[in-house]
Amino acid sequence: MSFNMTEPDQITTSNESAQGGKAVIEIKDLYKSFGDNHVLNGFNMTLMEGENLVVMGKSGSGKSVMIKCLVGLVKPDSGTVKVLGEEINKLDQQTLDELRSDIGFLFQGSALYDSMTVRENLEFPMRRHKEKLGVVSDTEPLVREALENVGLAHTMDLMPVELSGGMKRRIALARTLILKPKVILYDEPTSGLDPITSKEIIELMRSIQKKYGTSSLIITHDVDCARVISERMILLVDGINYAEGTYSQLSQSTDPKVDAFFKK
Amino acid sequence: MGKTATLFKGAKKFFIEIGDLSYFGARFFKEVFKPPFEFKELMRQCYQMGNRSLMLVTVTGFIIGLVLTLQSRPTLIQFGAVSWMPNMVGISIVREIGPVITALICAGRIASGIGAELGSMRVTEQIDAMEVSGTNPFKYLVITRIMATTLMLPILVIYGDLVALYGSALVENLKGDVSFQLYFNTVFDALSFSDLVPATIKSFFFGFAIGLVGCYKGYYSKKGTAGVGVAANTAVVMASLLLFVVDFIAVFISDIFYEL
Repeated sequence: MSFNMTEPDQITTSNESAQGGKAVIEIKDLYKSFGDNHVLNGFNMTLMEGENLVVMGKSGSGKSVMIKCLVGLVKPDSGTVKVLGEEINKLDQQTLDELRSDIGFLFQGSALYDSMTVRENLEFPMRRHKEKLGVVSDTEPLVREALENVGLAHTMDLMPVELSGGMKRRIALARTLILKPKVILYDEPTSGLDPITSKEIIELMRSIQKKYGTSSLIITHDVDCARVISERMILLVDGINYAEGTYSQLSQSTDPKVDAFFKK
Repeated sequence: MGKTATLFKGAKKFFIEIGDLSYFGARFFKEVFKPPFEFKELMRQCYQMGNRSLMLVTVTGFIIGLVLTLQSRPTLIQFGAVSWMPNMVGISIVREIGPVITALICAGRIASGIGAELGSMRVTEQIDAMEVSGTNPFKYLVITRIMATTLMLPILVIYGDLVALYGSALVENLKGDVSFQLYFNTVFDALSFSDLVPATIKSFFFGFAIGLVGCYKGYYSKKGTAGVGVAANTAVVMASLLLFVVDFIAVFISDIFYEL
């Protein structure tokens, strides 16, 4: 793997940056095209246990496609995607569904079910995973705990249409947490939110990571979000992991493509 | 040359659409008998589709009965055949007008509703969220809706037929001094098993077609809010066209049985 970087001493490949822990997500040579549009051209990435990894890229650079490959929503053309030791593309539907209970996914637009109350939204993922949670019939304590984690216990019986954008995002986060996932994938967690609400969401993400020790993969183009939350960053350019390092390493880079992300 | 190419492109698109719809229908039959079964959601959809279409079917059926009788009356009087009014109205409503009009009303109301609802769920990633949570969205959203339309349409058709006959009886009662009892006795004497059964059977197929097209258009809605509108709109057009095709096939088959 090679990078066209001007400061190679500061930037490392994903394999080199492994922090000695256990890899929870491994992507190798991921390719995905939509017709003539080659979105991913051999993307590589490793997320270590307990790590906060940010993947940054321009709009349309393939960040969301990559994150959707991790949960089997998009099938790659080639390459391997391993999550928690399982190769996603080789799993049968039942095993994939079981594995998905260990992966939380926060969607860009929250993706709350419009026709359900907040309570029903949170209960919905539990329907297929009650054995994992040890819940027989009463889901109320789990729903309440998840909502208290995001500070919105009072919204239990409201409909999504009655909530603000920030509240929706927090409820979506609560819904993600209810299955107690080992890995959380955040797809643009702060997009469309005002700076204050964005800050609240970022704080919430950090407190959740601290409380549950989850590994987090954050897809964003929000530099402030990346600065606050990332332990390591990957820049996705032209379908490959163009550069990798910590926020301070990348922000000091003189490579024009890297620099373009950090210019104010 | 340009026109031929456009025609060829249009034909290709049409056959691809038919192929995709058939594949979608085949997937329904593949998954409908496999557990887990979403009974609660099925009941909810039956209630939504049945109950919420009731007022529309009532008004439409009543007006159809009234208008059909009012329009036919002068001609039948001219031929001295006004006593045949209950027979004529009864058979035409039960065999054809009732099922087709009710199905068209439901295609407009239900197919567009399903298309828009699933389309907006697709656009806002709610279907993806469902899949990620380990729930099969095809079973939860598609199978329940197609089952609900298939089960509810025959009930709505029978109800619509009765309301239309009541509308017709009202005209006969007011204009021809025919009692309701006499009117309905005459209607039921004129109707036979072979009128009711094919009409009821084809209503199931109408319901299936409405649910299938609505779900297909919504489930594969293109990204963006414009896609939701297109899904709702094309669902109504395609479902209405499919209803006439199904009706033609049903009438063709039942005609073979009448001749036996």
